[in-house]
Parts: sequence; C-alpha cells; structure tokens
Amino acid sequence: MTKAVYSDLMQQLSEGRFVFTGELEPVKTTNLHEVLEGAKALKGHVVAANVTDNPTAFAYMNALIPSYMIQKEVGLEAIYQMTTRDRNRIALVSDLLAAAAVGIKNVLALTGDHTTVGDNPQAKPVFDLDSATLVRLIRKMVDEGVDLNKNKIEDPPKFHVGIGANPNADPLEPEILKIERKVKIGAEFVQTQCVYDIERAKRFVEATSYLNIPVLIGIAPFKSIAMMEWMVKFVPGIFVPDEIQQRLRRAKEKGGKEAVLQENVEIFGDLVREVRKTTKADGVHLMAVGFEWIVPKVIEKSGIK
Amino acid sequence: MIIVQQKPLNEIFEMAKNFKSLLILGCDGCASIIQVGGERQAEILKTLLEMNKKLKGEDAPNVKAMSTLRQCDRQITASSLNPLVEEYEAVISLACGVGIQTLADLYPTKVIIPANDTKFIGMHDTKAEKFVEMCKACGDCLLFETSGICPVTRCAKSLLNGPCGGQAKGKCEVGGWKRDCAWVLIFNRLKERGHLDLFTKVREERDFRVSEPPRELGKSEEKETAK
Repeated sequence: MTKAVYSDLMQQLSEGRFVFTGELEPVKTTNLHEVLEGAKALKGHVVAANVTDNPTAFAYMNALIPSYMIQKEVGLEAIYQMTTRDRNRIALVSDLLAAAAVGIKNVLALTGDHTTVGDNPQAKPVFDLDSATLVRLIRKMVDEGVDLNKNKIEDPPKFHVGIGANPNADPLEPEILKIERKVKIGAEFVQTQCVYDIERAKRFVEATSYLNIPVLIGIAPFKSIAMMEWMVKFVPGIFVPDEIQQRLRRAKEKGGKEAVLQENVEIFGDLVREVRKTTKADGVHLMAVGFEWIVPKVIEKSGIK
Repeated sequence: MIIVQQKPLNEIFEMAKNFKSLLILGCDGCASIIQVGGERQAEILKTLLEMNKKLKGEDAPNVKAMSTLRQCDRQITASSLNPLVEEYEAVISLACGVGIQTLADLYPTKVIIPANDTKFIGMHDTKAEKFVEMCKACGDCLLFETSGICPVTRCAKSLLNGPCGGQAKGKCEVGGWKRDCAWVLIFNRLKERGHLDLFTKVREERDFRVSEPPRELGKSEEKETAK
C-alpha cells in the first residue's frame, strides 16, 4: 500500500477513525440540483460520497461532472466510481486524467453490472479491463506516472483507489480471494454492497482481516416497503432478516410512510452501532440514494461520534 | 464445432425470389452433424421452396439440392461444384459463414444466399439439450490456467480476474441467474486440484490485437509463434 495520503477519506482511515461515506446517484437528467442537494444533506456527516457510474447499466449522467461539482459547490469529497463496462482503457485513462485535473482524489474501481441488466440492453459491453486491471492501471498512473502501455503522463494523478466487494457472495471464498488479488495489485480500501445482517458483516470482516485493507461495510436503508420487497424478491443473495422486514411492515401499518422512515433510522442506527461494536470494520458506507437526509439521522442514532 | 441456425423460411424465400435456377448446397461438416445444414436439410429446403412457389401460383424454379464434404475447403468445394454450378443463377448455402464466403470467393459472379445464421463455436450439451458456446477464438488460450473452463467465453463479461460479484449461489446475473458462473466453476475445480494459486494469480489486461478481426495466419505469423 502506498503511504502518501491525498484525500480526507484516506487521512481518516490512516488515523484509524471509524469513517462514514455516503452515496449519490446522478440520474437521467441534465439537472445537477438533486445531486447537489443530496451532497448538502451528507456534508459534515460523511467524509466523502461515492458518485455512481451508470449503476445497473442504466445510461445516466456521467459521474465525473457531479463528482467535481459536489467538491466545488458543496465542499464534499467525492469517491468517483468507474466501471469497465462502458469504456476501454483509452477512455478510462482519458477520464482519469480529467478527474485528476479537477481535483478528484478517490476512485472506486468496479467491473460494472452487465449491459443486459440495464436500460439499453442491446448495447455492446466493453470490459476491455476488469476491476483488477483497472486497479492496476490506476496504480501505474499514480505510482509510475505511466499508463498500462508505459506511456509517460505529465503531472501524474494522485488518487486513492478503492474496490467493491459483496459480503453476500455465495460461495464467499472466491470473493475473498478476489479481494486478495486486488490488494496484491494495490487497492487501498474496500466498500461493500449492502448487508442487513450483522452476522454476515462479521463473517466478511473476519474473512478479510488477513489482507490488512480498510473495509467499509455497506448499509442501505429502505426508502419504502416496496423497495424492500423488491430487493428480497429479485436480488439474489440479499438476505434481509425477518425481524427487519416485520418491524418495517408494522411501522407502515401503524403510521404509514413517515413511520417506515423513522423505523429505518432505528433499525439501521442500531445496525451501524453493531458493526462498530462487534466487528473490526473501519467504517460504514451508507447508501440512501434519493433520501440522503436520512444518513445523518442514522449516524446520530448509532451514537458514533 | 461451428453452430448454425436456419433463418426464418420467409427470409430465405425473399432472398431467393427472383432466381429461376437455384443450387441448394449443404455442408457435411459441422452444419450436417448438428442436423441443420446437411444434404437432408438441403433436400427439405428444396421441397419447401418449391411448395412455396406453387402455393403462390408462380413458376417452379429449377432447383437442385446437394452437399459438399466441407464447404469451407476451397479445393473440396470447387471439385464438387465445377462445372455444375454454372447452370445456376444463385446458390443457397446451408453452411456457416466461412462456407458461405468460400463460395462467394470461388464464384464471385454468383449470388450466394445464406440460409443460416452462424451462431458460435460450441458443443452439444446433451443433458440440457442445447448448444453452448465454448470458444471465442480469442487467439490467446489460457485453458491450462483455468482448469479447462474458458472465462473469455463462458463468463458474460469475459473477465480474466473473476468472478465479478454478480454471481449468486454460483449462478450468473446475466440471463437471470440460470447459467453457471464460469469463475465459480473455475474456482471449484482449482480448489479440488489444490491449485488456488492459479485462481489468485493476477492476470494482466488482454492484448486485443490477437483477438480482433480481421485476423490472418500465414507463414510470417507462424514464425512469430515459433519464437
């Protein structure tokens, strides 16, 4: 791992602080208003926010501009997500150079969901690189000042590179070994997909502890009962304990939508505290796209300062 | 082998409609083995073509159905078609794209009508009763390292450093978690063999120059390989 620290995220992680990150999702729009409002809600509560790159292969606004704008306009550090699905290595280098030029400090290197699950399923999938070789590209740019083909870069970028991981993966072992592979290449932090069950979080953190890489456990409150039911039904591998499902349903019966959101604060505040108390995770990645205002409440409920 | 699938009949009839004489040419190679484009299928297509003309009340064209040993082999194909092919205005080929183009190359003045879509290089999965793609002809085989399971072909993202995270219980996100995740298959097999070092190995990005069309292999390229 490189020792230099370029970002607030890496600064906090290197100090051993329990960190919070948030998530923002630019959608199919030319308007930055919602992303900036979301960033304002997160500012001061999370050290940085991920800006998603065409999540689930939906063609949305390019993540770089909102990443830049939340830093410039709101003062919230960005974790610029990049997938290998839509760009070959030429386009990736090009965007990484542009990202560094406008002050992006963190990049999350992802493979990306397949084009066929997105809103333009006829598209040609790229996958020139994969998440591992994207990490390799970023490392070469930062550490050696060259691209994959050893072409020299003037004023090389200074990024920290993170990776995704799925604690729900079944089998889990190849998932862990895959992280090992990327740590070997030089990945510096892990942000996981959402976990609803503390046992899974524990199992994952224990399984990755030998790698000595900071792990941020992904936690995603439910915006609505419908969203919860959709995830339980259609996202294989996601496990939402019955207790959480029942508590949210009961809240809906009693007090409707508002009560569901309030119950979310209780449930996920407790889950965040449990992650802090019972695992050696280095932080939590809170994903509440479209209701970012709930993030400060969940953190407050967790009691973590 | 090369897996082909017959085009919808109306598409074939449409392409063939203006010709008064047609040679329907099957191939005894892959297309025949999978019972899509052999001599028998050529005979059936001849019958269907004639019936279609009859139903429309049009004159029956002069049609001959036959097959060659391997349509992709210039010499074999030329020896079975010369000079017979001169009697026909067009040839309907029941071979793969290579066979079709071999004909087009041998007989540049003839119209060659493809009766099939060429799907992929694959094998017959007898259990599942379907053909599955096995080789992308990427030009850089790594089957030794991946225990005989090709991630370039059988992983939907062609990852060299998989699995991607889109697998659940060993099934792939592409196509709704029905297909096996190639990287989980590779992992299981390498684990059985005590060779997980090959799994965690970092595979550098591919050189797509060896995979991208149009590719050629001749004397000079062979020398490259021998080095």
